[in-house]
Amino acid sequence: MPMKFDTPATTNPIDQLKVVGKPYDRIDGPLKVCGRAPYAYERHDVVENPAIGYVVGAGIAKGRINSFDLAAAKAAPGVLAIVTHESAGKLGIGKRNIAKLLGGPEIDHYHQAVAVVVAETFEQARAAANLVRVDYAPSKGAFDLHASKDGAVKPNMGEDEPDSATGDFSAAYEAAPVKLDETYTTPDQAHAMMEPHASLAAWDGDKVTVWTSNQMIDWAASDLAKTLDIGKEKVRIVSPFVGGGFGGKLFLRADAALAALGAKACGRPVKVALPRPLVFNNTTHRPATIQRVRIGATRDGKILAIAHETWSGNLPKGRPENAINQTRLLYAGEHRMTATRLATLDLPEGNAMRAPGEAPGMMALEIAMDEAAEKLGIDPVEFRILNDTQVDPEKPERRFSQRRLTECFRIGAEKFGWSARPQVGAWRDGRWLVGLGVATAFRDNKVMTSGARMRLSANGRVAVETDMTDIGTGSYTIIAQTAAEMMGLPLERVDVRLGDSSFPVSAGSGGQWGANSATSGVYAACVKLREAVARQVGIDPATAEFADGEVRGGGKSASLAGVAKTQDIVVEDAIEFGDLDKTFQQSTFGAHFVEVGVDAATAETRIRRMLAVCAAGRILNPKSARSQVIGAMTMGAGAALMEDLVVDKERGFFVNHDLAGYEVPVHADIPHQEVVFLDETDPYSSPMKAKGVGELGICGVAAAIANAIYNATGVRVRDYPITLDKLLDAMPEGRA
Amino acid sequence: MTDPQHWDPSRRDLMVSVAAAAVLAAAPELAKAGAGLASESRMPTYAPVAFTVNGEARQLEVDTRTTLLDALRERLHLTGTKKGCDHGQCGACTVIVDGHRINSCLTLAVMHEGSEVTTIEGLGDPDNLHPMQAAFVKHDGYQCGYCTPGQICSAVATLAEIKAGVPSHVTEDLFGEMLPTDAEIRERMSGNICRCGAYSNIVEAIAEVAGRRA
Repeated sequence: MPMKFDTPATTNPIDQLKVVGKPYDRIDGPLKVCGRAPYAYERHDVVENPAIGYVVGAGIAKGRINSFDLAAAKAAPGVLAIVTHESAGKLGIGKRNIAKLLGGPEIDHYHQAVAVVVAETFEQARAAANLVRVDYAPSKGAFDLHASKDGAVKPNMGEDEPDSATGDFSAAYEAAPVKLDETYTTPDQAHAMMEPHASLAAWDGDKVTVWTSNQMIDWAASDLAKTLDIGKEKVRIVSPFVGGGFGGKLFLRADAALAALGAKACGRPVKVALPRPLVFNNTTHRPATIQRVRIGATRDGKILAIAHETWSGNLPKGRPENAINQTRLLYAGEHRMTATRLATLDLPEGNAMRAPGEAPGMMALEIAMDEAAEKLGIDPVEFRILNDTQVDPEKPERRFSQRRLTECFRIGAEKFGWSARPQVGAWRDGRWLVGLGVATAFRDNKVMTSGARMRLSANGRVAVETDMTDIGTGSYTIIAQTAAEMMGLPLERVDVRLGDSSFPVSAGSGGQWGANSATSGVYAACVKLREAVARQVGIDPATAEFADGEVRGGGKSASLAGVAKTQDIVVEDAIEFGDLDKTFQQSTFGAHFVEVGVDAATAETRIRRMLAVCAAGRILNPKSARSQVIGAMTMGAGAALMEDLVVDKERGFFVNHDLAGYEVPVHADIPHQEVVFLDETDPYSSPMKAKGVGELGICGVAAAIANAIYNATGVRVRDYPITLDKLLDAMPEGRA
Repeated sequence: MTDPQHWDPSRRDLMVSVAAAAVLAAAPELAKAGAGLASESRMPTYAPVAFTVNGEARQLEVDTRTTLLDALRERLHLTGTKKGCDHGQCGACTVIVDGHRINSCLTLAVMHEGSEVTTIEGLGDPDNLHPMQAAFVKHDGYQCGYCTPGQICSAVATLAEIKAGVPSHVTEDLFGEMLPTDAEIRERMSGNICRCGAYSNIVEAIAEVAGRRA
């Protein structure tokens, strides 16, 4: 029976904080800085001389394949096999995939894989892939969200309702003395993680092992089995190092499926990496949104009515971008409504990217809050504090487990020097117009079942095995810290092995649930290991203490090494979460402060300072947690200023599909960043009393930048990204 | 909306062929080798190349299309050098060749006869970290780790460039002493993308190695 977490945590061994909560360097750090951490495409250690697969992407966005001409490609030097839908055999579609990973005869989106060409070398596979000729019958598609908006429908969102309503929004909004009604847009965005999707597949009889780059090992195993139409027990997924994901590697993708199919076709291991220009249209992206926000308030700044509507598009069976989620919870106000509408678009599949829903939702809501504060003549920090709520505004009987948003603002305002915020357009520093901006950070805290296996060996070391992944988040280190704390060992005596489907199923990395859930699973397994160790030496597990490499109690003590002297002690357990996340609203909070300079002549925006103050439960490792937050702030800076997948509305694809065309922040764009974590624990969240931070940091930061640009220039841009062309015409006079 | 009546996707190929034909017309000796795309099916050309990698003499017979990056990763199994884009857009493949940092994806292996190549593996190993590697660990100047070897090679070469007085876009005084300021470091490191967004920490790591801060 897994450990059930259904009552708030009380004092437990984690509270000792001998190891947990300390800013340890990452235990995988030396491997990473020396280039010794093996990523999926680099596994020369497990497979010698694999063949190489090169993926061919569809040249149309929608339609059918009439025929292939593979003669030239098959005859090309070194070619071992070519797999298309015609030769792949019966394929299924993964539960979490919307479009098929190997397209044909129907084509669902541009650059959907239509073939993999396998050859002896990369150079040969690439050359032969260029010889594949596909005869298409294109058909009409819809690619323009704005043109499709009026035809958008109320989507089926499973357990979630697309609409919400509390009180009487229309009447209250009409009657409100101060009103704001604005529409905002956010563009399609790409994860653009540094390691392209890559997989190495090797068959042994009817079993396949895939070394890949994936955030959710168990999802990948299930969906690969389903795609290949084989039993899940025939599939092993291994992904110990993941070169970034941000949601783009939550799901099985074409690299894994085609490596497995290619390997089967040529009877030898095959590795496949998606060429970078294929990644953007072949895989998933964050969908563009159109968002309308209405806020009605009293003259002294109390929100009476708040509404948030969102429109996004996706392939048939795809889900909407749930950009209204935070507006149901973030601010007080008796009368409320939200609505989510979804248009069918034939662009590549839209899906989760770092803080799906809240990231684009906060981009709109937090500009709207700034605009409303200005209309009211109230400082935007005070306006947010004034409308803080300790309860779910839709269900006042349901309170937040912990909510210290006001403190985040107070501490941040003091630390950042917020009181020096100038009047709009009033601060000139040489060629720069300078402004300050602020926004709330808000993201739900999700929890997921998570398991782990513990092994205590005669050398006195403890090994943790779980299929949890480390996508740059610091999982290796915080899991080691958790096990060390629980077992009374120094960090150096814990080994952590991750990302293998032969290990117990974990929460995986997504939705900022990974750190809290996975360490809670390790906590559960450690409780079981403590019991096993105590029993073996005849100590009551309830009173046993673990410290300095020993177990002690009832006047006895024994070294952990000694306990395992004759035989390793191996236990396995998992944590399951009850309904504390339903009886209490669990969220994470923060306040973003930003200073920008906007060039008075060119309207180029430079970020000069950034501060985030976060309240996110216990911080398991302040060093890696801070990195999560600054990384998210950086991605938010990209969202504010540059990131934009440009849609070719005729041919239906993202035009700027590489890392030169899809601009992301570089060193020169990012200043020194400050992060403050409030010292808190949330016993309603888990035995770790921690929450997520990886997504909190991106929520709201783009709006804080937009608000700072407005404060600097007086130009309000509601159409992200805020590129200089959108500012230039409206810049103040005398700008040179 | 796409109107299939007015768009024949095979036109893309036609345009490529036209462009290829134009090139071939200008280079008749190439035209003899094969017409346009069909030339892709030629047998690969192999050539020997000898260079030094991390102080060790290496000799390879490579398909002449092989980039230095793929020679390192696939032939020499030095996988610390990463392939992020294969187009010179991300910097993950940065190595130091004859004292200068380059994108190893944008250069062919056969162009490096006699070169001295330093990769991340040549800077240090987990038991004997290069000061820049140690500073990245201390300052958490990475997250997923995929851009990290390129960042570190680039950082080592960046400090050497500053020391040698090579100016950058942000250098204000071309004749004065050149200092490893944050602005200089950020400007010079901007060819190395870190999507995890560790920039703030990376700059601190580099500044520490530059001796600017304790």
